[in-house]
Amino acid sequence: MAEMHLKHDWNEKEPIRKGFGRGLLEAGQADKNVVAACADLTESTQMHFFAQEFPDRFIEVGVAEQNLVTMAAGLAAMGKIPFVSSYAAFSPGRNWEQIRTTISLNDRPVKIIGSHAGVSVGPDGATHQMLEDIALMRALPNMVVIAPCDSVEAEKATLAMAKDKRPNYMRLAREATPIFTSVHTPFEIGKAYVFRAGMDISIIATGTMTYQALEAAKLLASKDISAEVVHISTIKPLDEEVILNSAGKTRHVLTAEEAQIAGGLGGAVAELLGEKMPTAMLRIGMKDRFGESGEPEELLKHFELDAEAIAKAARKLLTDHTNHAH
Amino acid sequence: MGGNLDISKLEKKANNIRVDVIRMLEHAGSGHSAGPLGLADIFSALYFHILKHNPKKPDWDERDILILSNGHCTPVRYVAMAHAGYFPKPEIMTLRKFGSRLQGHPERLRLPGLETTSGPLGSGLSQATGMALALKMDNVKNRWVYVICSDGELDEGNSWEAAMLAAKYNPANLIAIIDRNNIQIDGPTESVMPLESLKAKWEAFGWFALEINGNDIEAVISAVEMAKAITEKPVVIIAHTIPGKGVDFMEKDFRWHGIAPDQEQAKKALHELRTLGGKIKSEHQ
Repeated sequence: MAEMHLKHDWNEKEPIRKGFGRGLLEAGQADKNVVAACADLTESTQMHFFAQEFPDRFIEVGVAEQNLVTMAAGLAAMGKIPFVSSYAAFSPGRNWEQIRTTISLNDRPVKIIGSHAGVSVGPDGATHQMLEDIALMRALPNMVVIAPCDSVEAEKATLAMAKDKRPNYMRLAREATPIFTSVHTPFEIGKAYVFRAGMDISIIATGTMTYQALEAAKLLASKDISAEVVHISTIKPLDEEVILNSAGKTRHVLTAEEAQIAGGLGGAVAELLGEKMPTAMLRIGMKDRFGESGEPEELLKHFELDAEAIAKAARKLLTDHTNHAH
Repeated sequence: MGGNLDISKLEKKANNIRVDVIRMLEHAGSGHSAGPLGLADIFSALYFHILKHNPKKPDWDERDILILSNGHCTPVRYVAMAHAGYFPKPEIMTLRKFGSRLQGHPERLRLPGLETTSGPLGSGLSQATGMALALKMDNVKNRWVYVICSDGELDEGNSWEAAMLAAKYNPANLIAIIDRNNIQIDGPTESVMPLESLKAKWEAFGWFALEINGNDIEAVISAVEMAKAITEKPVVIIAHTIPGKGVDFMEKDFRWHGIAPDQEQAKKALHELRTLGGKIKSEHQ
């Protein structure tokens, strides 16, 4: 197994979106065709570093997400590499048809950044806690869907997106998340990585939930359960090989995401395993319901999205299916 | 851009485009009739006089760009492109058929020269604005981005989001043309969703608005020339056209928005177009 070079100390925290802000600035310095546009959330989505450095390559469209993505399709048509940001609830939430027609069907390399995804948005409540973006974007042909696990990976993902010729969507979270990957941790669009090796159960996680999955694996280890944690930074195209290898080994799969499981990562993994390797599985995520106001930590606990809930689900899966699996 | 301006030649071209629009729609058995017929004069002016383009090199990097935001009017664009030499004329009879490059609504990846994929309304002006902004960033002055929008699609909020954006950044190389034919699927625009005062609306949004007869080729060409000379604001040309223009029983009837002529209707329409409404006694086929 390749060395993952995770950090030893996970105490440092930073919002994942901050890594995007740094990555965009670097991408802009590396390639003059990288341009950016925002719908009145420049600092919130961390585009302000780019906007300050390259005012002539930054476009503020106002609160107009439909215009944001269609204008970007026009920029891309002329050879630009446009990054466009808003909250995920509005982009791709509000402008999905425009993305479908002018970016996906039209195959233009627009980079759509949806910040503030998941219930960990917190006090803003259900309207702003985007949960359906993975399902919406995963269904679009040509579209790449990326959900980095921390700010360090988000920075790498942004640089990779600037070089990718396809339409891309990247979902980001608002809250500070522990930084556990390092500059040496591998990242490539389309690749899944085994962040922790195990034998009894595979926890396949994406975005903010990869950290929770790693913490859950520690809790499980104290109960003599060996959990493998597979990080899915690219939800589409899905790295089938890594998932099938892990599922084939452990015969128990638990998915974890801060999104609706219907159409989300849980849906994607269930589709894969259902067709190629039927495996006992459970899905951690939002189960056909909306979020609500509250502090991120209490919401993650309430909606059973934290490490404890993942560990509990893992034990249930193992208890319910041990006889079938062996 | 064409050399000597011969309006009567462009008018004949527009008539020939109408003939082929009727032929292809009748053969397709479905599609939109009124809009394409109304736009034939503008497309004749664009493809055979105004646009800087090369049908043999659709990706020529100095070409002007034409976005057809109201993608349902694509039959008129397909015919104009075939007449200009983008593809063999007989191919127009494949419109809307399985395997055709001429999809029911235009798809860029299928047919070189289309510039974008359109049909769902309201997104053409913002795409064109993005293209013109890219030209502005690169300091390109000798290329123009034209976008044709329908009047009905101005019901879409996306259209006005783009109008505000273009007025804010004023990319000099953008020219919008509104096909003001007063009809949409459910009826006259003013009863479905009133647009008037349309010129005042554009002016209030920070645009310079010209109003012309969009079936007068000379007026179309001079409006575009004037638009190019106006640099302080983006320019919209509100082109009043007659939906179904050239075919008496289709003109100004909203029911012809989204249907194709049957064999009998096509025969009647072609006779009228080929005799120029009785001005010519015998048909020249």
